[in-house]
Amino acid sequence: MNNSTTILPKTKNSGCENCPQARDGHLKRLGINLDKTDFVIALAGNPNVGKSTVFNALTGLNQHTGNWPGKTVTRAEGGFQYAGANYKMVDLPGAYSLISKSADEEIARNFILFGKPDVTLIVVDATRLERNLNLVLQILEITDKVVICLNLMDEAERMGLKIDIRSLSRDLGVPVISTVARYRKGLKELLNTLSAVATGELVTKPKVRSYGNGKFSRAIKSISTRLKNEFPEIENTNWLSERLLDEDEDIIASLKSGELLDHARGDVEYSQFDAEKLTKDGIDLALNYQNEVDVIQKEATKLRMGLAVNFHDELVENHFTEAAKIASHCITYPDVKKRLYFDQALDKIVTSKTWGFPIMFLLLALVLWITITGANYPSKFLAFLLLDNVHPLLKDLSAQIHLPFWLDGVLIDGMYLATAWVISVMLPPMAIFFPLFTLLEDFGFLPRVAYNLDKIFRKAGAHGKQALTMSMGFGCNAAGVVATRIIDSPRERLIAIITNNFALCNGRWPTQILIASLFIGSLVPSYLAGLISSAAVIFVAVLGIFLTFVVSWLLSRTVLRGESSAFSLELPPYRPPRFWFTIYTSLIDRTVFVLWRAIIFALPAGALIWLVSNIDLNGISLAEYLVTWMDPFAILLGLNGIILLAYIVAIPANEIVIPTILMLTVQLSGITGIGEGSGVIFELDNQTDLMHLFEAGGWTLLTAVNLMIFSLIHNPCSTTLYTIYKETRSLKWTTISGLLPLLMGLIITFLITQAWGLF
Amino acid sequence: MQKLLSDLKYNQVAKVIKLNEGCQGFERFRLLDLGVVPGTEIRLALDNPLNDPIGYWIRGAVIALRKEQSNKIFVEIFDE
Repeated sequence: MNNSTTILPKTKNSGCENCPQARDGHLKRLGINLDKTDFVIALAGNPNVGKSTVFNALTGLNQHTGNWPGKTVTRAEGGFQYAGANYKMVDLPGAYSLISKSADEEIARNFILFGKPDVTLIVVDATRLERNLNLVLQILEITDKVVICLNLMDEAERMGLKIDIRSLSRDLGVPVISTVARYRKGLKELLNTLSAVATGELVTKPKVRSYGNGKFSRAIKSISTRLKNEFPEIENTNWLSERLLDEDEDIIASLKSGELLDHARGDVEYSQFDAEKLTKDGIDLALNYQNEVDVIQKEATKLRMGLAVNFHDELVENHFTEAAKIASHCITYPDVKKRLYFDQALDKIVTSKTWGFPIMFLLLALVLWITITGANYPSKFLAFLLLDNVHPLLKDLSAQIHLPFWLDGVLIDGMYLATAWVISVMLPPMAIFFPLFTLLEDFGFLPRVAYNLDKIFRKAGAHGKQALTMSMGFGCNAAGVVATRIIDSPRERLIAIITNNFALCNGRWPTQILIASLFIGSLVPSYLAGLISSAAVIFVAVLGIFLTFVVSWLLSRTVLRGESSAFSLELPPYRPPRFWFTIYTSLIDRTVFVLWRAIIFALPAGALIWLVSNIDLNGISLAEYLVTWMDPFAILLGLNGIILLAYIVAIPANEIVIPTILMLTVQLSGITGIGEGSGVIFELDNQTDLMHLFEAGGWTLLTAVNLMIFSLIHNPCSTTLYTIYKETRSLKWTTISGLLPLLMGLIITFLITQAWGLF
Repeated sequence: MQKLLSDLKYNQVAKVIKLNEGCQGFERFRLLDLGVVPGTEIRLALDNPLNDPIGYWIRGAVIALRKEQSNKIFVEIFDE
């Protein structure tokens, strides 16, 4: 597979010691340590070609990768050391093209154009070589220093594609290295070639694009000649002429402002219009420059008139024709496209009218079921360890060192206990859910879900990919919010962020299950109890999905009005998931990430819970004051003051709502013999005891129903809110995401209560 | 005969003639970048349980296009 070829290096003495293959280098990954940089490498490529995988493999960083177009949203930078030199690698957003005026693509283009990278590494999907060449050909018009990384070679082989790498390299005029980045194959050669091109040891000569000999070619030549005469520093005059003819406003602006010329001169500090340098000569020079640019632009406008109306179409068509020519020259297709047949056969079932939806729902239900049941045992174990053993141990310890009562309470009963609680309840389901979900993602199933559901989401003014972020929300809303990065248009992405909270997260499933089995299950004969209480929980989850659509629809017709942006969804081929790798990265990227944020918020919440229960005013605890004060309002909602207070202090994590309710109920109803004392949250395994406790707290069926509804419809937890702020960078949208569901929850529970009174 | 890409049936192949002039700006550019240029052969590769969007095999990849997009692409449909 490593039969790649490189253009012969132009060095004084030729021989094996100068061959890039013979270089003895060691890769040292530098992560984000970019203190000293000798060379800059720009990493470009279409979406979903394994760019991030290459980036991670070389820098040792952990950009999330997935079988998804559009993971890299902003520029990521990382470094590595190889053969004595330090490299900085800039991972550009995935782009189909550099001339389409989308924000992502402009970031990529401007970096290649103005960032003056020493090498541009283009990652290309070997299985989709032809369409990827569109971007390659465009980049080759801008810069000579290009290395092609022909990635996913294993998949190409599985599909029976034979790619003649020598011819490809010759046709393009730049080195082509074949790799399987996710198994780290071919990376050594890639590094050798990158370093050879960066150091100038290997000189690349891309084939000059032929513009034919029609009107178009004459127009290019005419402007290009003028540009060359006026600004000899600019290398890519043909490309620039083409941009002027295509009326590329961005490029025209940077030519006018002098930015483009400054970069071409390698003189970024000095600008044509730097006010301090405007001596008389400077002013003349600047005016002169303006005139020259104006003349050239006028010429371009005049020539543009003579060209076809759909000039831009022709440009793209030319690229694709050229790409098809190269592809047919370099690729041998198998007689039977067996791999494609497998994909298509599977797709035929997965997207069929009969099986499409059942398969989707069954898989999602299966993932949730495995998560909920599978998490029980590790959760119990963690609770046994952290709550039943470590907690008393800490209490003993604090007694021995005579910690003051309040400090012991705040630190151990408050902060430690709440945090330990969050860990033991939250960690196991997430450690099961995220890897399962990521496996489905890596396999390529999830893009099909987005595809199947797009129509419904579009009717609600949203994007099909929101199906995925919503499903992710069933695991954790904070992770769901992060996942919305796959939605490339800002409007649809905001809708997905704001509505993610309606996906019933792992932190709320246990509350639902507990309350349903206690109150709803008990309404029917015991042999039906399990079935009915499960049905109630599923009803709440489905209500959440329904609200997702309703709220998305409302948002897209009010505050987030606007045209739905150009839709595109690429369905990647199915890939065999890398089992252990997926488990590892989903644990690191998603589970630990979310858990860490949750812990940070649980610590102060624990302190708060303990303090409100233990600070007394005139012999009455703060908690009691608050509960009494909120009770009349809570009654209107069919809840009670304790539940509301629990929701307020337990904003950091829904997991501690029930324990807090239990603790407050025991404390305020004066029950003895249950619980651990004021401010110490606890849980009961015995359902009869639980039921007694709730009855003592004055709970009815209405309380239970409203608690289930309110648990679904209220503000997101603080971890999610913080994540929303991080992702949107907007206080306004964070506030809306918090208040909208809270208001809805208050209104809906109020209405239920009023209606309940009528019957 | 000139038809629209949205007229295509499962596994049928068509050749792009041009894009509707009403489709301009980024929407047009994105379609072109996805390989929907005059001369491209497109096969309907994937049905959808809700009939929209539809997955087309375009220059070596399956691309989902919504009906509002495939309605703007004039094609010549090949007989099987």
